[in-house]
Amino acid sequence: MQQIFNFVFKNSHKLLFLLLLLISFVLTIQSHSYHKSKVISSANFLSGGVYEKINSISEYFHLESRNNELIVENARLKMLLFNQKDTTKLPDIDTIKGVKKINIIVSKVIHNAYSSPENYLTINSGVTQGVKTDMGVVNDLGIVGIVEKTSANFATVQSVLNLNSQINAKLKKSNHFGTLTWNGKNTGYVQLIDIPRLSAARKGDTIVTGGQSDIFPENIGIGTIYKVYIDNETNYYTLDIRLFNDMTNIGHVYIIKSKDREEILKLENETKKNE
Amino acid sequence: MNSAVLINIARFFLLLAAQVLIFNNINFFGYLNPFPYVLFIILYPVNGNKPALLLASFLLGIIMDMFCNSGGVHAAASITLAYLRPTFFRFSFGVSYEYQTVKLNDKLTPERFSFLLISTVTHHFILFILETFRLNFFFNILIQTIFSTIFTIIVSIIIIYLFKPSKR
Repeated sequence: MQQIFNFVFKNSHKLLFLLLLLISFVLTIQSHSYHKSKVISSANFLSGGVYEKINSISEYFHLESRNNELIVENARLKMLLFNQKDTTKLPDIDTIKGVKKINIIVSKVIHNAYSSPENYLTINSGVTQGVKTDMGVVNDLGIVGIVEKTSANFATVQSVLNLNSQINAKLKKSNHFGTLTWNGKNTGYVQLIDIPRLSAARKGDTIVTGGQSDIFPENIGIGTIYKVYIDNETNYYTLDIRLFNDMTNIGHVYIIKSKDREEILKLENETKKNE
Repeated sequence: MNSAVLINIARFFLLLAAQVLIFNNINFFGYLNPFPYVLFIILYPVNGNKPALLLASFLLGIIMDMFCNSGGVHAAASITLAYLRPTFFRFSFGVSYEYQTVKLNDKLTPERFSFLLISTVTHHFILFILETFRLNFFFNILIQTIFSTIFTIIVSIIIIYLFKPSKR
C-alpha cells in the first residue's frame, strides 16, 4: 500500500498528464464518430453567445449583398405566384389530412468554419425554436447541412463540407441517385459517388436532393456537374459537383422540419424490433 | 511571484480572446489559420508550477475545442506540448537551463527561435493528425503543419515584440 502511494506521489505529474491525455483522446474519438454523444460543442451559451455578439457586428459588412440575395429570391417567388391562375388564392392545403407536411424555421449562421476536414456551422436557434437533431438546413440557393447538436438557443450544423457527411442526391434529369460526400479538398466542390454508368451524366447537369432521405424533401438544388470520372474500385461514376452555394459566405438559412419524419422513424424502429 | 501569476492569467484570457475573435477567422488560402494561443504554454515561467501548467493548458485547449467544434483535439495537442516543454528547453538551451534565467519574451536569439520552432511544430503536428484522423490524408497533414507553423511563428514573433517588457 505504502509503495502504491509512493509511486503515485512520485509520478503525479506524469499520471496527471496521462489522465488529461486520455480525456482529450476520448473526446476526440467521439467527435469523429457519427452522432457524437457527449462532446462539448459550440452550441452552448458561452461560445454561442460570443459568436452571436461577433456576428451582430460583422453582419453589417454583408448587408448589401444579403439584401440583393433576398430581392432575387423574392422575385423568384413572386414569379411563381403570378403564374398561378388566381394570385389571391394560395395553393390548396389538403384539409382532410389537415396539415402541411413541412414547416420551416428561419435561422442565421453566426459562425461558419470551412478550414478543417470536418466543418460545423453554428446557428442562432435551438430547442426553444423547435430545432432538433437531424433536421435539414438549406438556404435560397441549395443545401447547407444537417443539424447535429442543439442547446436552448443555439445549434451546430454538420456542413456538407464534412468528411462524415453523407446525403442522398440524384440527377435531376434521370433520377439516378448516389451519395453526396466531400473529399476534403476544395470548398467549392463536393463529390457524388456510386452513380450507375447507365446514367448519361454530362458536365453541366443539375444535381438535386433525392427522395430516399427523410431529412431533405426531394428536389432541393445542390449544384451542377463539373467533372465525370469512373471510380477504379467500384466501376461506378464519381461526379465532381460545383455547389450552388458559396459555403464560405452563408447568412440566413432555413431549417426544414418534416412532419413525416417522426412517423417514418417510428415505423422503422418497430420494423427493426420485430426482426 | 504574485504579479507573475496575474500576468499569466491575463495572458491566458487575452490570447484566447485574440485566437477566437481574430486568428480563427483569417482562413488564409481558404484553410490556413495561425494558432498563437500556444504562446501561453511557451511563455509560461520556466520554473513555474508544472501541474498548474498542465491543467491550464488542458483548460485552454478544451475552450478552443468548444469554439472550434473539434472534440478534444486542441486539448490533446496543448497538454502534450506542456508535458514535453522541459525536454524542449533542455534541447534548445542546454542541460542546465533551470539554473540560468531563461527569458523567452526578449530579443530573438537562435536558442529562443529553435525552442519556438520545435514547440510549434510538435503542437501543430499533433493537432492536425487528430483533427484529420485519417491516414490517407497524411500528405495534407504535413503540408498544413508546415504552413501553419510558419504562419504561427510569424504571428508569435510579432506578438512577442509588441508586448516586450520595456528596457530598464
